[in-house]
Amino acid sequence: MTVLSPIESASASEATRSAMRAIASAKRTDLFVAGLGLFVMLVSMGLLLVLVGDLMIRGLSRIDYDFLTSFPSRRAANAGILSAWVGTLLVMLVTAFLAIPIGVMAGVYLEEYAPKNLLSNIIEINVANLAGVPSIIYGLLALGFFVYGLDLGKTILVAGMTLALLILPVVIVATREAVRSIPRIVKEGAYGLGADKWQVMWHYIIPAARPGILTGAIVGLSRAIGETAPIITIGALTFIAFLPPAPVSSEFPFINFDWLNEGFTVLPIQMFNWISRPQAAFHENAAATGVVLMALTLSLSGTAIWIRYRLRRNVRN
Amino acid sequence: MSVLMFLSAALSVFVTTAIVVILVTESWTFFRQVPLVEFLTGTVWTPVFTDARFGILPLLVATLEVAVFALAIAIPLGTVMAVYLSEYASVRVRETMKPALELLAAVPTVVFGYFALLVLTPLLQKIIPGLASINLLSPSIIIGIMILPYVVSVSEDAMRAVPNGLREGAYALGMARWQVALRVVIPGAFSGITAAYILGMSRAVGETMILAIAGGQNPNLTFDPREGAATITAYIVQMSLGDLPHGSLAYATIFSTGLVLFLITLIFNVAGFYLRNRFREAY
Repeated sequence: MTVLSPIESASASEATRSAMRAIASAKRTDLFVAGLGLFVMLVSMGLLLVLVGDLMIRGLSRIDYDFLTSFPSRRAANAGILSAWVGTLLVMLVTAFLAIPIGVMAGVYLEEYAPKNLLSNIIEINVANLAGVPSIIYGLLALGFFVYGLDLGKTILVAGMTLALLILPVVIVATREAVRSIPRIVKEGAYGLGADKWQVMWHYIIPAARPGILTGAIVGLSRAIGETAPIITIGALTFIAFLPPAPVSSEFPFINFDWLNEGFTVLPIQMFNWISRPQAAFHENAAATGVVLMALTLSLSGTAIWIRYRLRRNVRN
Repeated sequence: MSVLMFLSAALSVFVTTAIVVILVTESWTFFRQVPLVEFLTGTVWTPVFTDARFGILPLLVATLEVAVFALAIAIPLGTVMAVYLSEYASVRVRETMKPALELLAAVPTVVFGYFALLVLTPLLQKIIPGLASINLLSPSIIIGIMILPYVVSVSEDAMRAVPNGLREGAYALGMARWQVALRVVIPGAFSGITAAYILGMSRAVGETMILAIAGGQNPNLTFDPREGAATITAYIVQMSLGDLPHGSLAYATIFSTGLVLFLITLIFNVAGFYLRNRFREAY
């Protein structure tokens, strides 16, 4: 055992002390950085809450039965969003009907069927790229291709198709991730029991991937509800004081598709139209429409997030 | 059935091709009448005047200006938040904040536009003298907040992809948490973080409604964010609101400017995806 001389022990305790100081200062910096992170996060969330609160204060009092069941009007107090929410509903019907089956088929194909070749690669790069194309470019595509190229006019059908193309990458990516996360054992077990590829797909893979696919579809639709730019580009009218013919009727054949070829407006366009007017009374209407729109998109995304988190818990257990 | 599935997948290739074909063919009338050099270097954009001038620079400058200001908000906030979430936050905080950020991403842009025009601008006018009621500053700030969730989520993914062994090695050498974050995690995730910035930039460039509402509709070659100026997207919206006769020169302008917008975002997206895949391969 060595005995430290007084000088050596003094310098050792000096070294300890300076190390302690360094640790203390590092801890202070850590505390500062963590505090900064939390602060930034709370401020940006808080700012958003303030904005949403402001929207609610201005808009909530305007929402009543009349607002939801009246057509737009030149007098702000009489105006309502009937044609807008009916339009949104019908457009979303078309979008969901197109984007979900096509997106799921494309996602399953890319994950399970696609051979590893140049073409599959090109498709994959394309899907990734399409997710980043600005929505207004889809609007230009729809204007040039659907409205004038195919001469379909500025109808509910065209709007639905445009938004379906827009959310297709979201559905495809969600489907692929859901399919990829299914354990191989499930597939191999099914093949072992003599199922063919199609049976495995239909009876095992799709059911197991359903929550993930559902999440993707809901996120996509909630994005489509709020999309404004592409629908303005195809030339949707902002002043619509009529409803399209009802899709369901009491006479044979009970379902008709006339509504697909009608002009329309949707909630975000109605809101945009009211924001653009100078009168404060219309701004109030815009805020009320904004509240309805936010309620729709946030409840949809909330559902999607909830499904995803429940799913994750199930996987863990 | 598998043919149908293949066709669904191939639809994406068709859509990309259709976008390029439509943008090029519809702006063909435009480029036959306006030389490319004049289009790209002209400083006056007055397409519907009798003395029509077609220089895209005012629109382009406003577009990039907004993107830069938005990133000036999103980069510092986003990076700090991503570092906090990936290196400091407890599992519980992270599991609450990430869904909250996802919800933020679900707010429709037209609602953000409302915030920019009717809430933020009046607020900023009290602080900043000379701020016009239609300006580029307020929409830029709102766009910065709008792309924040995206920047945070992409850069946090990149930071979490840095292997724990590197962190533990650094801790064993006596580094503090902030030193590990600053000197190990950020450099390790650098390409992924850059990808987050670039993809955020691409979104800011393509953002439409916030600018159409709060950014102004007059082409205005200015570097002063207190003034309003039309961006490419705002111009397309403004023209689409009027009744454009199919085949006219004014109709062709929305496609020629759209083509420029598409090319800019394409470059950003390709660069972003390349960088993003690089960090995935690195570890």
